[in-house]
Amino acid sequence: MLLIALIALPLVAAGSALLLSDHRWRSALLPITGALHMGLALFLFIRPEAPLAPLWLDLDPLSTLVLLVTGGLFFACALYALPYLRMRREWGNRLMVAGQLAFLSAVSLAVAARHLGLMWFAVEASTFISAPMIYFFRNPLSLEATWKYLINSAVSVALAMLGILFIAYARLSGEGHTDLHLAHLLEHGTQLDDSWLKAGFAFYTVGFATKMGLAPVHMWKPDAYGEAPGLVGALMSGALAAVAFLALLRGVQIMDVAGQAELARAILVGFGLISIVIGAISMVRQPDIKRLLAYSSVKHMGILVLGVGIGGLAAYGAMLHLVCNAFAKSAAFLLSGNLQRSYGSKQLPDIQGALTHVPASGNLYLISFLALTGTPPFGLFISELLVFIGALQRHYIPAAVILLLSLGVAFVGFLQAVTRATTGQAPDARPAFRDHWLLVLPPALLLLLTLLLGITTPPPIAALLADAAALFEVLP
Amino acid sequence: MNLVNNVLILVVFINFFMLSSSRLVPCIRAVSLQGALLALLPLLTHGFTAHTVVLSCGALALKGIIIPRLLLRTIEQVGIRRELEPIIGYVPTTALGALLTSASFLFANQLPLLPEHVDSLFIPVSLSTLSSGLLLLMTRKKAITQVLGYLVLENGIYIFGILLLEAMPTLVEAGVLLDLLVGIFVMGIVMHQIHRTYSDLGTEQLSALKE
Repeated sequence: MLLIALIALPLVAAGSALLLSDHRWRSALLPITGALHMGLALFLFIRPEAPLAPLWLDLDPLSTLVLLVTGGLFFACALYALPYLRMRREWGNRLMVAGQLAFLSAVSLAVAARHLGLMWFAVEASTFISAPMIYFFRNPLSLEATWKYLINSAVSVALAMLGILFIAYARLSGEGHTDLHLAHLLEHGTQLDDSWLKAGFAFYTVGFATKMGLAPVHMWKPDAYGEAPGLVGALMSGALAAVAFLALLRGVQIMDVAGQAELARAILVGFGLISIVIGAISMVRQPDIKRLLAYSSVKHMGILVLGVGIGGLAAYGAMLHLVCNAFAKSAAFLLSGNLQRSYGSKQLPDIQGALTHVPASGNLYLISFLALTGTPPFGLFISELLVFIGALQRHYIPAAVILLLSLGVAFVGFLQAVTRATTGQAPDARPAFRDHWLLVLPPALLLLLTLLLGITTPPPIAALLADAAALFEVLP
Repeated sequence: MNLVNNVLILVVFINFFMLSSSRLVPCIRAVSLQGALLALLPLLTHGFTAHTVVLSCGALALKGIIIPRLLLRTIEQVGIRRELEPIIGYVPTTALGALLTSASFLFANQLPLLPEHVDSLFIPVSLSTLSSGLLLLMTRKKAITQVLGYLVLENGIYIFGILLLEAMPTLVEAGVLLDLLVGIFVMGIVMHQIHRTYSDLGTEQLSALKE
């Protein structure tokens, strides 16, 4: 019941946002729904309930993890949205509020879905809902980004659907009848027809890897994250990417039980390494602070799939990385939004002396840089270290070396940008937008969480991470 | 089976028509006809059940009527009739389409088909329609033609889906169609904005974002 409420509540709130006529009340719907949603997600984590229709909707450790991340993230973004939407009153908030709430509903459905068709429906819906939010600023650049995102995602998710249908055919071919319930697919995995499954997994992976923004199919990402408001970038880089990752991993689970684990792993490691390298290289000398974050996201998505591809300790690291990256990256997007607003630009030559110009955002931006580049004692340091050690343990020596080098390159690239943005001569004019406590507090909280996860992982969380990683442990 | 195969061959003809035509209104009508043909397939292959009737009616309403109307209205408001400069000419795209279609047949032959699907054209036609859609998407510059390409691609996947009716319960199927409608609707809105910004529907203007 609670699980259904988790999906229905934001949808109802989205409907009310369309009907409400008062700007302030509409904005207020975001944190209210966000708080309720996060509360429900936490409750379901502490006290799992027996699902009404386990074949359709259920939470396993991985989906619980993604749900908690999404819930926390959304709540932080919703708090940030209050002052943000008030400042940007001229743009109106009806579409933005309704869009975000509908997005939350679609994402929750995608996370809880145990039927591949249902999951696909939710992922596709979240794609189309998020597109208009990228176009919030209504300028030619954001229009271009929106169009590219729309066409790119629509096609890639369509290919994933073809992959799902191929998997259904693999089952039809092997068993004589078919359905797409994950539970059945995992139970009868050994009977899936190999050729159809492999062909299906190829389409499936390309589709969801594009959605996740893995290189070399990441081209929409810098455009979309670069031109969308920081708020939307935060939601997409945190929640949408996590959901695409989850969807991709469902395919890996099926491959594992079908005895194709090695092939799936090789593909994940390949995608991971390419993304890590391309993401890191593109960060060097990147003059646009939001595109910089987008490439950082490409790199971090690469670490996620690399970790799962390697397995063992690295898979545990990847799960921790999923949480820490989502929080830190969203915080960085929100702060970049603050900087962009204060300077009226997101290009580095224009942003200087942020530490004195907008002290709170400037300092936090510096901290978000430390968090995102995996500086100790932030959580990303631990998670990246675990992936690295895991790679060594399983004798992925070249992968470990590439990972280490790329992390170094990314650090230098990010450092250049941060030094230029935070130090130097601040402009004489007073900032167009000053720090507002609600524009600073949510990213600060997200960074604090990242820091705490680096210092200690509370036992229930550690157990959840381990359980999620165990889903990808291939038994010999 | 024969009737079904004939319908599927018509679907392929429509793909080629779209690949070779520069005029938008006939292309939209062709997509609409393709959608209507697809609506026949569930009934012809699986007979009349609640599931197939919903699937057919949904496809007919969306792919055959509503979406083509939306697109026709868009080009009327925008006032363009032709795709002027495709990235690759019409003859080469048609030739490429033919190549891809034969490749689809070869590929489908490689995969282990169930005995009852060996003589049917479902899988090769599905793959060929999918690749024609991708080809349209990649070789045309107008936003509207790219949307048409996306529709053709979706049609290809729909054809494959008909084979696997039992895997996709009615509700999920309805959701998939709903997604398609929402997607085309959002694309329509963005196309209006592109037109308002550039007074054209060419996506070549959309090239400011690069490294």
